[in-house]
Amino acid sequence: MQFSLSSSPHNHVRRDTKQVMQMVCLGCIPGIIAQTYFFGLGTLIQILLAVLTAVLTEALIVSLRGKSIRAVINDYSAVLTGVLLGICLPPLAPWWLVVIGSFFSIAIVKQLYGGLGFNMFNPAMTGYVMLLISFPMAMTMWLPVQSMALHPYGFSDAISVIFTGYNLAGYDVNQLREIADGTSQATPLDAVRSGLIAGQTYSETLNASIFGGSNWGLGKGWTWVALAYLLGGLWLLWTKVINWQMPVSTLAGVALTALFLNMLLPDASGGVLFHLLSGAVMFGAFFIVTDPVSGSTTNQGRIIFGALIGFWTVIIRTFGGYPDAIAFAVIIMNIAVPLIDYYTQPRTYGHVQK
Amino acid sequence: MGVSAPNSHLVPDWDSVFAQLNKGQMTDFPGGVHPPQAKALSNTTPIATPNLPDVLYIPIKQHSGVVGTISVSIGDQVKKGQALTFSSHPFSVPVHASTSGTITDIMEHPSAHASGLPETTIVLTPDGKDTWDLLPVIEDYKTASAMVLLERISDAGISGLGGAGFPTYIKTNTQKSVECIIINGIECEPYISSDDRIMREHALQIKQGIDILCHITQAKRVIVAVEDNKPEAYKALAEACGDDERMLMASVPTKYPAGGEKQLIQVLTGCEVPNGGLPIDLGILMYNVGTCFAIADAVLYGKALTQRVVTLTGQALTKPQNVWALLGTPIAHLLEHAGYKPDQQKRQKVIMGGPMMGFTVLNDTVPVVKITNCLLVPAQDELPDIDDEKPCIRCGVCADACPAGLLPQQLYWYSKAKELDKAQDYHIHDCIECGACAYVCPSEIPLVQYYRQTKAAIRQEADDKAKSDKAKERFEARQARLLADKKAREEKHRKAAEARKAAMENKGNDAKDKIAAALARAKAKRAAAAKAAQDNQQDDAN
Repeated sequence: MQFSLSSSPHNHVRRDTKQVMQMVCLGCIPGIIAQTYFFGLGTLIQILLAVLTAVLTEALIVSLRGKSIRAVINDYSAVLTGVLLGICLPPLAPWWLVVIGSFFSIAIVKQLYGGLGFNMFNPAMTGYVMLLISFPMAMTMWLPVQSMALHPYGFSDAISVIFTGYNLAGYDVNQLREIADGTSQATPLDAVRSGLIAGQTYSETLNASIFGGSNWGLGKGWTWVALAYLLGGLWLLWTKVINWQMPVSTLAGVALTALFLNMLLPDASGGVLFHLLSGAVMFGAFFIVTDPVSGSTTNQGRIIFGALIGFWTVIIRTFGGYPDAIAFAVIIMNIAVPLIDYYTQPRTYGHVQK
Repeated sequence: MGVSAPNSHLVPDWDSVFAQLNKGQMTDFPGGVHPPQAKALSNTTPIATPNLPDVLYIPIKQHSGVVGTISVSIGDQVKKGQALTFSSHPFSVPVHASTSGTITDIMEHPSAHASGLPETTIVLTPDGKDTWDLLPVIEDYKTASAMVLLERISDAGISGLGGAGFPTYIKTNTQKSVECIIINGIECEPYISSDDRIMREHALQIKQGIDILCHITQAKRVIVAVEDNKPEAYKALAEACGDDERMLMASVPTKYPAGGEKQLIQVLTGCEVPNGGLPIDLGILMYNVGTCFAIADAVLYGKALTQRVVTLTGQALTKPQNVWALLGTPIAHLLEHAGYKPDQQKRQKVIMGGPMMGFTVLNDTVPVVKITNCLLVPAQDELPDIDDEKPCIRCGVCADACPAGLLPQQLYWYSKAKELDKAQDYHIHDCIECGACAYVCPSEIPLVQYYRQTKAAIRQEADDKAKSDKAKERFEARQARLLADKKAREEKHRKAAEARKAAMENKGNDAKDKIAAALARAKAKRAAAAKAAQDNQQDDAN
């Protein structure tokens, strides 16, 4: 009897790339729920649009490259990129913004480099940065916490604003950003930033309505969103989808840099909790920095990679031209990955450490 | 920044090692995986003895090293335990007739190797009597010299039964001081239970083998290491070895590949075998429990190595179990014995060895050899084939699983790009091919296969380079020789010309000479013209 042949090992764990991607998507759910609860249903529509564009773009390019569309779409990596990008966009950003960003992430950042596993940069973050630089106005149209909004919006409103620019009652995004006193509500990062530029001290900026009187710099709604992403991230850690090194070092990098700067320039820079729980730090630490493809692959390297992302995030937030900086920090550190990996090779059995 | 392993280049401090082991303290090795054990499938029944097969295929090479010369011819009657090959080469051990019978053929037969390439095999048809040809029994080994015992271990054809098949007497015959013998009863590969059963059933004889090894090597310490998923085996060995104060039992936490020689040394001593070195550089010799059993068989009972315990397991067998299989038994015979159901498999497949490092065999005539510890016959969904390799996402799960501290994804990258230099910079030769990386890879990349190909390519390149270097050397030597010849010729001509010149000056005024010279010139000219005409004719003819 002739037998069929195969090479060892003949046994495999039953968790494949597709499951890893799916689980990361699932891990985003608590954060998405919180985001939707506080800032309306727009986020869901953005995610949907981003995923749809990402998958269609991936299918298009894969078919141009003459590869099996089914196999590539099935790995869920495009879906994940769509989800991550959708989360980062203002809830009522116009549809073409999402579509351009998502197309850019997949076509330029991922597929032009060779597809999954070959991209140097994090696709979602690079797409986000492209949008932020190209369309700064539209990308900063964040909404107030819906319970404080003058004109809370519903599902059909969201669709209407995203596709036509006006809701069913005829309000545009600027009007939807108004709160009871007729001013528009900034994000915590924006509030502090514009306050500092206007000559206020950091503690004075915390009087902005978004902080609701919190001396710690905890933004209304935003803090809960950050905690929800932390929850999802901890689940990913617990299920061993991600390693602890990158999220922990990122958060530590943010905290230590913020602590140091706050001691050095107490009036001109934010506190530790403010930095950790506002903007995209929590989301980034667990869902962006942990992207294996564009990140460091050695355990020591992962710690350096994450810590420096945390460092750059606070530095750019404090001294740079944009309120948030996770995306910039990630891209900067993506460039440094080959260098980090080269110098952090583990010691091989029986060899003496170089 | 250094990974903590300060002992990597140190020799163990045995007193403190033993003190720690006595307290149950061991070193964890990096990486490793926990695949499903599946040992209970085969380890619950005693080792059985199947019927004699109709025919035995005995390959003449069953160990790493050099093959011997065949000492029998077709038609010869042989007895069980009779040597079929001999060699004066130190890296060779003989193979023996596994039962009594007739040599019916000597031919090329598919090998028990991943390649399945044919190799020289002696075909033995049993006579059914199983008559022994025993070697003289060495009853009191303690009065025998190390040389006599080593010779016996060699004559009995014993090579490491744990897997690598290195001739045991070579390893044992070391000039260096043996501080500690480690007995490897780890058996970390899933499914396999042959060592488990032999430890449970033959602990006393294993102890006898250990005693013989201690006598030969003068080792003062022995560590008997058993993985903690084999409590019965541990207990049996502890009872056999317990009152011997040289011996220490160690129950090692279950983790694959704890049974790898290098890993087990790390677990027990906290030290690492230095790069390019051997365990003996740390004063350690390691033996598999089955090898110890065979050594006692050879010395105390005069039996050459003619059989070994083989685990027959997998859900495509109705009666999974362990058997004493004669070396050379075609696997079809054992599969039948264990109730093989081919219809349980979509593609018929038999793995020799375990699921992590075993290889698939070519067909069912492939024989059991000295390193065959298991035949694994998985049912359809038990160990599904994967042939859907996806792109590497650099997740690094492989690096977390690697017990050797390598970066498998980098090695894969360089292997795929055929960057052999880079692969060597990243220590591809330290890969022990345990398969942990490929086991965990979410992209289902057959990483080990890539590494094997790269290692082969590196070997090939080294061979080619050696050849071309030699060719270059020869070429350069020839060039130098030609140059020297040319110089010598020129020197000779120069000297002749000088001599002529000197002669001319001496006799320059001699008219006779001038006339003679002119005549000679004219003659030469005529001859040259005639030759040129002849050449032209020939050219035209051509």
